Amino acid sequence: MGITLAEKVWDAHVVRRRENEPDLIYVDLHLVHEVTSPQAFEGLRLTGRTVRRPELTIATEDHNVPTEDIDLPIADEVSRIQVETLRRNCAEFGIRLYPMGDRDQGIVHVIGPQLGLTQPGMTVVCGDSHTSTHGAFGALAFGIGTSEVEHVLATQTLRLRPFKTMAVNVTGTLQPGVTAKDIILAVIAQIGTGGGQGYVIEYRGPAIEALSMEARMTVCNMSIEAGARAGVIGPDDTTFDFLAGRQHAPADWETAVRHWRTLRTDDDALYDAEVHLDADELTPFVTWGTNPGQGSTLDGTVPDPESFDDPGDRASAEQALAYMDLRAGTPLREIAVDTVFLGSCTNGRIEDLRAAAAVLRGRHVDANVRMLVVPGSMQVKEQAEAEGLDRVFVDAGAQWRSAGCSMCLGMNPDQLSVGERSASTSNRNFEGRQGKGGRTHLVSPLVAAATAVRGTLSAPPDLED
Amino acid sequence: MEKFRSHTGRIAPLRRSNVDTDQIIPAVYLKRVARTGFEDGLFAAWRAKEPDFVLNRPEYAAASVLVAGSDFGTGSSREHAVWALLDYGFRVVISSRYGDIFRGNSLKAGLLTVVLDQTTVEKLWHYAESDPAAEITVDLEARTIRAGDLVTSFDIDDYARWRLLQGLDDISVTEQHTDDIAAFEARRPEWMPVTS
Ligand code: SF4
Repeated sequence: MGITLAEKVWDAHVVRRRENEPDLIYVDLHLVHEVTSPQAFEGLRLTGRTVRRPELTIATEDHNVPTEDIDLPIADEVSRIQVETLRRNCAEFGIRLYPMGDRDQGIVHVIGPQLGLTQPGMTVVCGDSHTSTHGAFGALAFGIGTSEVEHVLATQTLRLRPFKTMAVNVTGTLQPGVTAKDIILAVIAQIGTGGGQGYVIEYRGPAIEALSMEARMTVCNMSIEAGARAGVIGPDDTTFDFLAGRQHAPADWETAVRHWRTLRTDDDALYDAEVHLDADELTPFVTWGTNPGQGSTLDGTVPDPESFDDPGDRASAEQALAYMDLRAGTPLREIAVDTVFLGSCTNGRIEDLRAAAAVLRGRHVDANVRMLVVPGSMQVKEQAEAEGLDRVFVDAGAQWRSAGCSMCLGMNPDQLSVGERSASTSNRNFEGRQGKGGRTHLVSPLVAAATAVRGTLSAPPDLED
Repeated sequence: MEKFRSHTGRIAPLRRSNVDTDQIIPAVYLKRVARTGFEDGLFAAWRAKEPDFVLNRPEYAAASVLVAGSDFGTGSSREHAVWALLDYGFRVVISSRYGDIFRGNSLKAGLLTVVLDQTTVEKLWHYAESDPAAEITVDLEARTIRAGDLVTSFDIDDYARWRLLQGLDDISVTEQHTDDIAAFEARRPEWMPVTS
């Protein structure tokens, strides 16, 4: 019997396998950022160890960095110390770092693919749960804890137990105005935030094959929000075209592509679980609650907690509505926001900015809304400026920033204040995620842009009447 | 990591259940960049607010075995919770049930987490409360504990026990297979990317 893509990649990376022991798995690419690495480096120092393969390791500053006045020292002391510590550690252990302001700096999950470092069939790890993003290339990519970061630094391997496999088959065709973000939000609403636990999810089917690499990254990025270990998509010509000519694309391109073409799930392979979704049926999706599974189509209303059969779901819906200050039955389109955030490793790539700019061109952000546009990397920023997108955003009244995680999480100066409500293209709507007391609705870039214009949750067609 | 064969020390009786990792070490302490010195974050909120809290009482200051209520270490996966307990001077935790991730983290980092039934936990609380200076011996080799008249055995996963006895953390275990790693590296295709 055949095996699935994820299992192929796993098997190709087994350094050592013994009964009753976790497999020892080789790591092809290790991404490092300032938040989860300091204790790992200190662990190396305390034990006199070195980094085994610095040339398979790369570091960037993203979570703590401010997105304006980036030529000034970081004002927040803790943030500054984390960033300075990363710089010292990278210098000491010989790791390539892209510091704030560097042309290649950006969110760790944006720069890996952009540099061409993320390639099909690789194992990619990072002390960050959204490492699943890199699975869009047919890589096995997952987040790890700090002591595992230390383990990878020291040995370039991880000790891992095998996973189960799940297929998410997306058939049909996305309608105009419906995006990858709506696919993944619908998947999570369907299987729940724990539905993927223990699985690597493979997204497949015609609707996935039709997606660009940027869109595939959006889908894989949020696999973790369904509880999955990782998400993967089989590499194809779209993947290879994206990689061709990038800085770290293989010099022996033909050999690489020949190998990459073998990286697909065998026809007779079986998954441990399968889920179906029809892209034809999808419409723009938004969340109303405080976990990414609490979502609905934009046409819907805030649900009545009583409508949930499961007592746990009912209780968490009640709690969510209280935190979000929403009443059951309110049409989602009537919910007014204070802030719109376009950015993050979910939707901070060039295509996301283009999509939002197309909506904002010739329009203006509502007077009661502040809109932050934060490119996922400095290269995305540069490209957007070359295309004049920055002018579109600024002319529409949005703020045009430098690269970083920004308002995706309340760790840098870009935060919601207590009680503020946002429409955000990021991936987590947890209580306080975007700042203490802040309320988050997860949306696609198109919905974000339309919402910014109307001031209430909206999709682009709403702007036409 | 220090080898763990047998440990004898005093008990701190923590009469609370569902102690999650946020209570073991509050989030503000996670912003640090050091790998040591987390002892001041251990149970920080309780130590600050409750003069009577067990770790605030001088008679338990020298304790190195924490005996806690059920479901110790649930919640966030933060490894700092284990570091805080170790940095504070604890070598063993005893409880009737643990959060999974915490338990895994503890055994990897050299903190022995022993599972005993709630009745035994109650007896140990009573034992330590009637004489704070009384000692307990936790013998990992023999898989037994001895506290006064109380003698009982405990179960522990063979692999975890072996690693604790040898004092091997994950990295040390893997370093025994450096040859396998080198052999794997020799097989890797030439065209795979490097970052430099
Ligand atoms: S953008 Fe958000 S989700 Fe992505 S790495 Fe940064 S903080 Fe994490």
